[in-house]
Amino acid sequence: MKVLLNETQINEILDALSQDIISDLGTDNNLVIIGIRSRGEILAQRLQNRLSERLGKEIPRGTLDITLYRDDIHDPQKAVSSQVRTTEIPFDIHQTTILLVDDVLHTGRSVRAAMDALTDLGRPKAIRLAVLIDRGIRELPIRADYIGFRAEVSPQERVRVLLKETDQIEQVIVE
Amino acid sequence: MTQTTKTDFQWRRKHLIGLRELSRKEIEFILDTARGFEEFSTRSIKKAPALRGKVVVNMFFEDSTRTRNSFTLAASRLSADVIEFTKTSSSVNKGETLIDTARNLEAMGVDIVVIRHGAGGAAHLLSRSIKACVINAGDGFHEHPTQALLDAYTIRQIKGTLEGLKIGIVGDIAHSRVARSNIHALTKLGAEVILVGPPTLMPAQVQNLPVQVSYSLDAVIDKLDVINMLRIQFERLGGNLFPTVREYSHFYGLTVERLKKAKPDILVMHPGPLNRGLEIESEVADGPNSVILRQVSNGLAIRMAVLFLVNQAAVLEAKDSLP
Repeated sequence: MKVLLNETQINEILDALSQDIISDLGTDNNLVIIGIRSRGEILAQRLQNRLSERLGKEIPRGTLDITLYRDDIHDPQKAVSSQVRTTEIPFDIHQTTILLVDDVLHTGRSVRAAMDALTDLGRPKAIRLAVLIDRGIRELPIRADYIGFRAEVSPQERVRVLLKETDQIEQVIVE
Repeated sequence: MTQTTKTDFQWRRKHLIGLRELSRKEIEFILDTARGFEEFSTRSIKKAPALRGKVVVNMFFEDSTRTRNSFTLAASRLSADVIEFTKTSSSVNKGETLIDTARNLEAMGVDIVVIRHGAGGAAHLLSRSIKACVINAGDGFHEHPTQALLDAYTIRQIKGTLEGLKIGIVGDIAHSRVARSNIHALTKLGAEVILVGPPTLMPAQVQNLPVQVSYSLDAVIDKLDVINMLRIQFERLGGNLFPTVREYSHFYGLTVERLKKAKPDILVMHPGPLNRGLEIESEVADGPNSVILRQVSNGLAIRMAVLFLVNQAAVLEAKDSLP
């Protein structure tokens, strides 16, 4: 196991990400933040706090569960015990600019599932993607608009984001 | 997205036959899963691709409005293809057996069979005879698991928990699969169940059930947090189990007057269809304490959850059998 980022570095990265997002989207009055369960939800909340504070207005935030949209849902080779949880988006996404937040961008399949889920909820004006870690090795033509950290890891290695809210520790590790 | 197992619990049941064999954890897992489907009704596109490419057959050997349509809609919302099977327009009328019918449907690539049958044990028999997932939508006097699950879900949704609640089930307990499934679900979730009705409509072995019994509704109504009024099932009543409908209604019907004796926040439930004016007065069925239509709405979320979970169990079973 190798520690890629510690708590201080994660906070610095989120500060920098917030600044980049404000530079691009700060004047967009229809900006909303949606985090992908479960760690994307936590990161979305942290970004929301930073953006709302710096912009002086509350940026609406929601949470998206993508379980039903995964493309490996019927694949015995990939079968994992995944629980369907709630999607909680307390606003209409029609004509909004969605900042979609996830922890790790890898194959692109989770983001594809998230976009399918979002288009079932309405027609946003645009979707922008923010990730804490981009570990590369994409299987779909998907890229992030805002990347906190690019990790150079081999296909056999696994990047895990551990956050206090779910893991009682704040680290990004490579296993 | 970090690939982690989001829960330490794995749903492994390919069939849902009854709630008697389910643990509290399993029942709660179904209810928690259903929460994820609750908001589907509010979406602009009320569909998800979770069962795309899967085939669900509704085999209903008895009449049904709510359950059948609920399963059909639930399967459709999960993008499954649905075959509607009715006894009256099938080869069953030519003498084909239940198992042969199911095997023939399975040969067409059916993945999930939803069955309602007049004989208790039909769903269990089917689950041992075919490879597809089997969901019991009511079998004789045995069980009606999804009805009890939606009842439990509705109570939990409004009251927050079932722990410690006093729940009355009133009426024809003996002939009611809804009552049986409810007893299993509600007691496992921590509620106290009081069965109310005339002695002739109580099950023979009622003393073996984890419930209290009262032959008087007036004696217990003020203690109840929830009252579930069962339909008098005239189609199942063999003999003269009560003197007259009018007398039954007088002692056990939920009237406006009787409801005044209850707690102000009592939930009034009914599995449907209603015999208005018999077991429940219209003013009560349509009144502020009634959650009857909410039960129907929640039935959709519960059935989506059950369809999804049995299919997931089939995927995990296939994973286990990989070389």
